[in-house]
Amino acid sequence: MLAKRIIPCLDVKDGRTVKGVNFVDLRDAGDPVELAWQYSQQGADELVFLDITATHEGRKTTIDLVKSVAKQVNIPFTIGGGINELRDAEILLNSGADKISINSAAVRNPQLIDDLAKAFGSQFVVVAVDTRFVEGANYVHLRGGREKTDIHTEKWIKEAESRGAGEILLTSMDHDGTKNGFDNPLLGHINQLIHIPLIASGGAGNEQHFVDVFQQSNVDAALAASVFHYGEILIPELKERLRAEGIAVR
Amino acid sequence: MIGIVNYGAGNIFSLTAALDRIQVGYGMINSKEDFDQFDRVIIPGVGHAGAAMNKLRETGLVDTILALEKPVLGICVGMQLLTSYSEEGEAELLSVFPLKTLHFKNRVTLKVPHMGWNSVKAEADCPLFKDIPENAYFYFVHSFFIEHSPVYTGATCNYGIDYSAAIQKDNFYGVQFHPEKSGGHGEQLLINFTKI
Repeated sequence: MLAKRIIPCLDVKDGRTVKGVNFVDLRDAGDPVELAWQYSQQGADELVFLDITATHEGRKTTIDLVKSVAKQVNIPFTIGGGINELRDAEILLNSGADKISINSAAVRNPQLIDDLAKAFGSQFVVVAVDTRFVEGANYVHLRGGREKTDIHTEKWIKEAESRGAGEILLTSMDHDGTKNGFDNPLLGHINQLIHIPLIASGGAGNEQHFVDVFQQSNVDAALAASVFHYGEILIPELKERLRAEGIAVR
Repeated sequence: MIGIVNYGAGNIFSLTAALDRIQVGYGMINSKEDFDQFDRVIIPGVGHAGAAMNKLRETGLVDTILALEKPVLGICVGMQLLTSYSEEGEAELLSVFPLKTLHFKNRVTLKVPHMGWNSVKAEADCPLFKDIPENAYFYFVHSFFIEHSPVYTGATCNYGIDYSAAIQKDNFYGVQFHPEKSGGHGEQLLINFTKI
């Protein structure tokens, strides 16, 4: 059986973990390497690091962080943020990252998906999409959901798949930070459209939300941040609950 | 000491990091002479099987590998290279195992690549799985698989179809999943390989 994956997401800035509540207020939640190791021990299936470092100096810290994680953690991890060209991705690959995630850089330059997939393989390329429901349709948003584009989310995700994305990480900005549950209808709808794994993101508040997202949308993985960082959901208990509901987990 | 065949097919940072974690010594094999320094050999591999085979041929190490009597472990594409043929690039491979590497597409209706943690059913006599619980989960990322064999399959994975998660023949072993990314069970498998 292929297990449904539980993925804690760590936002990192200048080598430290932070998490935005609705992407605005930042709170420090510790050392990313220590946190990553803890999660791997607790049974997390994979990790995502989202680098929100803006400066060149800070970026070097991120590379060191990737190396430390790769050395100490025995589960796969993805790093996103700050990847605008092939060279950025190659440095991360050589530092031990299993996958990279690209978001606005891919929207601005869709060819980047083709180039990355060709150079490093589709399995290395996660396309992250932030979506919001506006006047009857789903639109791709940039800059943490602040900037609306005219691109329909469904069309963009299909295009990303055809260009060589190995996986889609879909964040519903309408649900993100609310802790009211994942956007299951949207996720189920998108999951029907593609033939590559889909990771659900945005809205996790309790264990039932994870049961619901797997049962109702059949996504491959579910990602969350603060509920894990602040111990509101413990991964071993979450896995136990999912198992009891008949959902295959590791 | 484990020798890692260094033929430029993919990044080996994760593999060496895992060997560091389990405190197993290793070095790189770049020439025929290098094989003598090691008591066992890992053939890593990520990416395109046909391209990987071409790179391996360019090293001139193929005949030496085929003649090895010490334990050899192929990982992912490194395992696929041990088969006779891959649909990826329609490539002729090392033929240690008379098995074919096939594409999931058109054979299963599930998503491809097969990505994530899948349970694995090991044969009782496969030494790679010693001290690992039955039906343990390992981390897979691949679009091509090695056909199931009643003779050579050391562990079976099911992803819409039964296929070889591990193969064994004499001193040659292969695993389709990534032990270096498969948590504690993956590390145990690497430890087991050092004791074969």
